[in-house]
Amino acid sequence: MHTFLHLVPGMLPAIPEIFLGFAICAVLLFEVFVGVKRPGATATFTLLMLVVGAALTVRYADVAHSMVLFGGMYIADPLAFVLKLAAFLCVAVALLYSRMYLENRDILRGEYHVLALTALLGIFVIISAGSLLTVYIGVELLALSVYAMVAFDRESGVAAESAMKYFVLGAIASGTLLYGMSIIYGLTGTLDLAVIATKLTAPGSLGVILGLTFIVVAVAFKLGAVPFHMWLPDVYEGAPTSVTLFVGTAPKIAYFALALRLLAHGLAGTSADWTVMLMPLAVLTLIVGNVVAIVQTNLKRMLAYSTIGHVGFILLGFIAGTPSGYTAALYYTLVYVLVALGAFGVILLASRKSFEADKLDHYKGLYQRDPLLALVMMVLMFSLAGVPPFVGFWAKLRIIQALWETRHPGLVIVAVVMSVVGAFYYLRVVKLMYFDAPPENLPATLRPLGPRFVIGVNAAATLALGILPSPLLDLCSRLIH
Amino acid sequence: MSTHAITLADLLTLSGVLFALAVAGIFLNRKNVILLLMCVELLLLAANFNFIAFSRVSGDINGQVFVFFVLTVAAAESAIGLAILVVLFRERRSINVEDLNTLRG
Repeated sequence: MHTFLHLVPGMLPAIPEIFLGFAICAVLLFEVFVGVKRPGATATFTLLMLVVGAALTVRYADVAHSMVLFGGMYIADPLAFVLKLAAFLCVAVALLYSRMYLENRDILRGEYHVLALTALLGIFVIISAGSLLTVYIGVELLALSVYAMVAFDRESGVAAESAMKYFVLGAIASGTLLYGMSIIYGLTGTLDLAVIATKLTAPGSLGVILGLTFIVVAVAFKLGAVPFHMWLPDVYEGAPTSVTLFVGTAPKIAYFALALRLLAHGLAGTSADWTVMLMPLAVLTLIVGNVVAIVQTNLKRMLAYSTIGHVGFILLGFIAGTPSGYTAALYYTLVYVLVALGAFGVILLASRKSFEADKLDHYKGLYQRDPLLALVMMVLMFSLAGVPPFVGFWAKLRIIQALWETRHPGLVIVAVVMSVVGAFYYLRVVKLMYFDAPPENLPATLRPLGPRFVIGVNAAATLALGILPSPLLDLCSRLIH
Repeated sequence: MSTHAITLADLLTLSGVLFALAVAGIFLNRKNVILLLMCVELLLLAANFNFIAFSRVSGDINGQVFVFFVLTVAAAESAIGLAILVVLFRERRSINVEDLNTLRG
């Protein structure tokens, strides 16, 4: 007993995960005893748990410098602390936006919230992973929870189909990741990422390239980089919009951390190899994502291809391979998640019972029907397009700066041209909302006070961070250095 | 009768063949979703084989511990895959891969 208590202070930085483990059990029990009688109570209880979790994280997990726990399995550093807080916030906002949507479709159940929390736990494990084993466990915990969430609406055949596609392709990616890890393990004889970094210092050997290929394919798949993006549009379109919102936001933080911990830290010695592999992927991703988005008529599918385009930018940050490149990629990820939260939130608020506002035509004349929602959507679209003074502009600028510093003029040109192409389809949404006449017989938008206030704040934050970019930029830069 | 010790190269070849079989099975099979799930399992087992082989050669036990985790995750993965398959079958009355084609573009 004495030795056990002696261990407790050393485990405190892992409070976010430990608390979340308890919270998952608590939400399950709450659903059984209270939630079945009062639908919606579990949703409130889950939000409460997230707030408590975030508070405990701030109190105990705010470490001043990097710490290694559990024999190297777990890393607690300032980067992990900030990413976890961002993930807490992101999931809480996502659940808040989703509540009325889920209620209208009779899927506001405790299980949905439990799955959201297990996915969040997976995200945390990836963020703090210090060993190949923790990376794998985190990736699977996140992926398995999300597969179930995509198939959550059992009445929807499209959702089941997209869940099946996601599951099979996701499982291939996990298998590929595992195979790559096994080769790296064979080369180094260890699972610890810090030790791997000291042992794999020379690029170019055949074994390293073989292992790296598998790992890069898996990471590209998880991020949704072309040509491993096939699942992404289908899942975004087929899943219930609340799940699309979830899949499109918090996991991106985790997959950024995955790329950073695996490629940029663990396999840093071989960066010459994986940079060469990422380069064609990033160029293809930028081009396919932005060009194919133009021809979409479904807003969810258009945003899916837009996500692919943004993933291309995040990959460019990794290709730069310098601290300023990683800083830019981190900044881009956080900014993208903030804006995507709002954009999918607008779709949720524009949908009604048995009406899915997922076609671009449904947004014609939105300004006349609901000026606030149209304004929010306009701000978010400007930010996604990278129009100054919105925050998306600074994110793109930082990536381009980092590429310019590392002498990649070709990539800079592709990035700039594709931003211009992307601006076309974002601004088309604005044109539809403000200058087209609303079609007949569209149901009114949802007007719950709480989510509408939060989405307003979400859009305002996009503008505020754009006008005052330096605090977040400095924070990102400090976390990477 | 000649005796031949099993070398690391033999084990890696076997795992490579398993991996290739699994991937080929996933991409060539256009008929049955259950076969896809079986191929996914095979994929994980191929990686497990690698871990055990390397662990045995290097004398580091962590690789074998990893395999236990992978087996557990694989069990959870099949449970979820089969659950999605049941939902899909209820909606479509079919588990044919070619029928999964309503989402396109």
